[in-house]
Amino acid sequence: MEFAELIKTPRVDNVVLHRPFYPAVEGTLCLTGHHLILSSRRQDDAEELWLLHSNIDSIEKRFVGSLGTIIIKCKDLRIIQLDIPGMEECLNIASSIEALSTLDSVTLMYPFFYRPMFEVVEDGWRSFLPEQEFELLSSLTDEWRLSCINKEFSVCPSYPAVVIVPKSIDDEALRKVALFRHGSRFPVLSYYHKKNGMVMMRSSQPLTGTNGRRCKEDEKLINATLRAGKRGYIIDTRSLNVAQQARAKGGGFEQEAHYPQWRRIHKSIERFNILQESLIKLVEACNDQSHNMDRWLSKLEASNWLTHIKEILTAACLAAQCIDREGASVLVHGTEGTDSTLQVTSLAQIILDPRCRTIRGFESLVVREWLQAGHPFQQRCAQSAYSNSKQKWEAPVFLLFLDCVWQILRQFPCSFEFNEHFLIMLFEHAYASQFGTFLGNNESERSKLKLQQKTMSLWSWVNRPQELNKYKNPLFEANSLVIWPSVAPQSLQLWEGVFLRWNRSSKFLDEAYEEMVTLIEYNKQLKAKVNALRRQLAELETDDRMQENP
Amino acid sequence: YLFVQVENVRLLDRVSSRKAALGTLYLTATHVIFVENASETRKETWVLHSQISSIEKQATTATGCPLLIRCKNFQVIQLVIPQERDCHDIYISLIRLARPVKYEELYCFSFNPKLDKEERERGWKLVDLSAEYNRMGIPNNYWQISDVNRDYGVCDSYPTEVYVPKSATAHIIVGSSKFRSRRRFPALSYYYKDNNASICRSSQPLSGFSARCLEDEQMLQAIRKANPGSDFLYVVDTRPKLNAMANRAAGKGYENEDNYSNIKFQFIGIENIHVMRSSLQKMLEVCELKSPSMSDFLWGLENSGWLKHIKAIMDAGIFIAKAVAEEGVSVLVHCSDGWDRTAQVCSVASLLLDPYYRTMKGFMVLIEKDWVSFGHKFNHRYGNLDGDPKEISPVIDQFIECVWQLMEQFPCAFEFNERFLIHVQHHIYSCQFGNFLCNSQKERRELKVQERTYSLWAHLWKNCADYLNPLYRSDHSQTQGTLRPQIAPCNFLYKFWSGMYNRFEKGLHPRQSVTDYLMAVKEETQQLEEELEVLGERLASLQKVQLNDNKVKSKQQDQHKELGRSTFNISLANTPQEYNNGLKSFPSRSPSQGDEEDSALILTQDNLKSSDPDLSVNSDQESGVEDLSCRSPSVGGCLPSEDSGKDSDEAVFLAV
Repeated sequence: MEFAELIKTPRVDNVVLHRPFYPAVEGTLCLTGHHLILSSRRQDDAEELWLLHSNIDSIEKRFVGSLGTIIIKCKDLRIIQLDIPGMEECLNIASSIEALSTLDSVTLMYPFFYRPMFEVVEDGWRSFLPEQEFELLSSLTDEWRLSCINKEFSVCPSYPAVVIVPKSIDDEALRKVALFRHGSRFPVLSYYHKKNGMVMMRSSQPLTGTNGRRCKEDEKLINATLRAGKRGYIIDTRSLNVAQQARAKGGGFEQEAHYPQWRRIHKSIERFNILQESLIKLVEACNDQSHNMDRWLSKLEASNWLTHIKEILTAACLAAQCIDREGASVLVHGTEGTDSTLQVTSLAQIILDPRCRTIRGFESLVVREWLQAGHPFQQRCAQSAYSNSKQKWEAPVFLLFLDCVWQILRQFPCSFEFNEHFLIMLFEHAYASQFGTFLGNNESERSKLKLQQKTMSLWSWVNRPQELNKYKNPLFEANSLVIWPSVAPQSLQLWEGVFLRWNRSSKFLDEAYEEMVTLIEYNKQLKAKVNALRRQLAELETDDRMQENP
Repeated sequence: YLFVQVENVRLLDRVSSRKAALGTLYLTATHVIFVENASETRKETWVLHSQISSIEKQATTATGCPLLIRCKNFQVIQLVIPQERDCHDIYISLIRLARPVKYEELYCFSFNPKLDKEERERGWKLVDLSAEYNRMGIPNNYWQISDVNRDYGVCDSYPTEVYVPKSATAHIIVGSSKFRSRRRFPALSYYYKDNNASICRSSQPLSGFSARCLEDEQMLQAIRKANPGSDFLYVVDTRPKLNAMANRAAGKGYENEDNYSNIKFQFIGIENIHVMRSSLQKMLEVCELKSPSMSDFLWGLENSGWLKHIKAIMDAGIFIAKAVAEEGVSVLVHCSDGWDRTAQVCSVASLLLDPYYRTMKGFMVLIEKDWVSFGHKFNHRYGNLDGDPKEISPVIDQFIECVWQLMEQFPCAFEFNERFLIHVQHHIYSCQFGNFLCNSQKERRELKVQERTYSLWAHLWKNCADYLNPLYRSDHSQTQGTLRPQIAPCNFLYKFWSGMYNRFEKGLHPRQSVTDYLMAVKEETQQLEEELEVLGERLASLQKVQLNDNKVKSKQQDQHKELGRSTFNISLANTPQEYNNGLKSFPSRSPSQGDEEDSALILTQDNLKSSDPDLSVNSDQESGVEDLSCRSPSVGGCLPSEDSGKDSDEAVFLAV
């Protein structure tokens, strides 16, 4: 298919762009296969807007006489308005944008066409391999092995090719366990707590059904992770009620009779359309132009967004508490094990493991616990808060995770190597990107799409020093401790950087950030100078002494 | 001294009912003191009697008799006293102690910071209002000081020195004062020298349905004419229109635009003290909820209306600042008596207009000018002496919160930090210093407050290093000129202030303070600058010496200390909260095994004892203000490698 067929009018002059907090800009609008571009004709400060079609969530058109107006609502929550002279032009532009922003085929997406203008220092596709992760683990314990059972993605389509499992469990047993777990997602290692050797595993629900089916291999597998005489916790991310209902559909939960060394805790975390609706309501509340204070708070409350944040964080804290404080191993699952499960396992690691609070470590966590673990990004992030098509599989699961990270970052502002912008960047790229990283729903799909060969990895771009600098937290001081966030409502706040980003001027906050960077930079420079002088003095003084005492 | 001592009292933790400290309770003439038994910490909690807002004796239980003390600085203390009789005695004593009947009983008359007379006098001179009016550019061609109230003869709640338009004769002032509630005639609050526009304040006119007063009309005209650049004057009534209209029936009311030449009359609906009192009450109930859900909290916050009221005050301030700075129009502000809402609105507008009021010194001046000197009834509003509970209202608390909300929006604009605001609020209620005693300047002079007590401002000024905003720079763009907060949409800009209303629940606050971190960086930077200079000199001299081939051994080997922020250790040990609600739901069990009672696992934090000083309410005995510093004791630059430190904050695993 040629993009040209979809572009009915590639170029319109005298288009006026309106954005909140910026003066209107008049310029020429161009449509390309992947971008909407507005460039002002003024040469002095040529203002430009480059918008990926895939970032467009929905568009509305209005007409006053022959002046058409298109309101574009983006997945990153920004809303812009284009005034286009001429009804035909406006209609053409609108229908072109509509077509281009809703392309069906993944291979038509921009990452397959994007040619990087930077030098690739490190290929991001090879930055975070499971083998490296296993090597790290092997230096700590020999109780685990790397299994290639899923080499062709034949056992579990949503798992990566290699997974880490208990050494004592062979591939044959794994095959049987896979049959006993929803979507074949058998329990695998998620995290090893080196302080006490406890582990966190994740899986999907067991397929016990109504007649209480059991699977000896499954029991053996998870028991293999327990030390002698120790107990573990199973954190089910569904309420007991929901978990019970799942039995009717063939799912279920671990019966204590069959798993006597495990205690089950149910922590209800919402899923799918409930989360999507929550996001829609929250964004609606944030965009509400009225002056009514009460309405704002009740809309914020009614969106339930912060309730979800609190639920997810609480479950993650509980998992971390079990591991670190109770010295118990943990298995986390919900139904499929691809959403709330991953929120819990990844947040628990941020709480427990200082490595996950570094930039590199956080990237590795996203790769491990989200991309390789088979969170269906393409489905979940297909649409954002302005979409009208309410598909069951769209849900801001990853955004909620990032929001939870932001909440912890806000409570421990000096314990993270990255800043808020890093999280916002990941949110943007999960929904629309020039990079292939978040395409596809799992490793199997990514492999079929040959993303490694055909697209650029986000990490190749981000991890260059000049880019990385934007995302470094100037306050960072390595904190090797476990960080326990507060989950009280008073401690949780709306993530303004994402949800109010386009509704309020951030000028004064940005200035404060710069001021902070300046203070810290100046301090560092002074330190370097003082150290250099000290060395110089020490040398001179040593010379002195040497000459004195030959 | 009345002195009561009760042993084996338990101090409960608000967040976790299972955390309780055993200790001894002391009652002195001025404080309630709880000292923990735990030998290594002996943590002390000090509460001034004047901070107590309510005492509640609850039903006796098997473990003892619970006593709930709520404080005006939002501390809530839950004690369990073993003997019912002791509890009753303490209850009765506290009721009496918390409600003194004479000013002389207040703490400021016994508080002795061991300063000599001169220091005390210098302390009181730190804030000088006539110097402040000079700074504004007054007196000048349009404004002058008037001695019409020198013996409080015209208005007993006004200061002796009032600033009025030059053309307002004593006759006009006195005439106008007779037409205003409590004779609070229009007087200058702030003069904007860039364009001659001014903010004046008064009480409501006694206009009823049709009354007029020539002198009052002349007074307003004089104010308008003192701003020659503008042909009209805004009159802002900060009450809701309905309230103002109701006042007409009582012979009070508001200005009729037809009777006054060239005024533009405007209502800005800020609710009265009774609405505000009950709003705060509702919000505090939300703050006190035990493990509330997000909905409980947000719904309760909305239902309290608190942030709506804060926004109303801000909106009024923004309107006035805009009229003055952008339109160049003078404004007369009043409410009913002109000492609550008027004070709030005038001071918010001044703060927006003039960067000086955003400095530490300037903020002190602002409170002295708009609140203390103009007769804000501190004693009645903050219940220093036993009085009518209906007079109590968090009027200045709201102003302080407005400042905090502005600090959140303009992080570089204020010289002081959040801690400064919190401590000012604390001392408005503490009665440890004489500044906020009584209801007017007249009463304070009669009581000889300045000769018998100390000034808070001197105390804060002495410790100003603790109160600095590290992001403040006098040449920063945010510290120049008028602050212009975003107007619409802006509901989301007003946030719940947990640093104030949940001040004593440290677990709810960010566990690392950016402000403290940056303060430590700045302090270190200063040391580095000094050291750099010393090193530079030494190097120069050494090089000179070497050049001369004259070898002198350096004596200063000891200078080689490690670089590092020795005063600041950002890493901290903290402890998990109760992430699983209540014992009942934990552990959940499969229905098939519901009866295995003995196998319950309980996650408790019973012997949780924090090693982190921030978690404790460490009292600064001298000031009665707990130490808000977030700095952990120096660990010689090396970070503890693990957080467990088994002895301290271990959660206990009571298995099977």
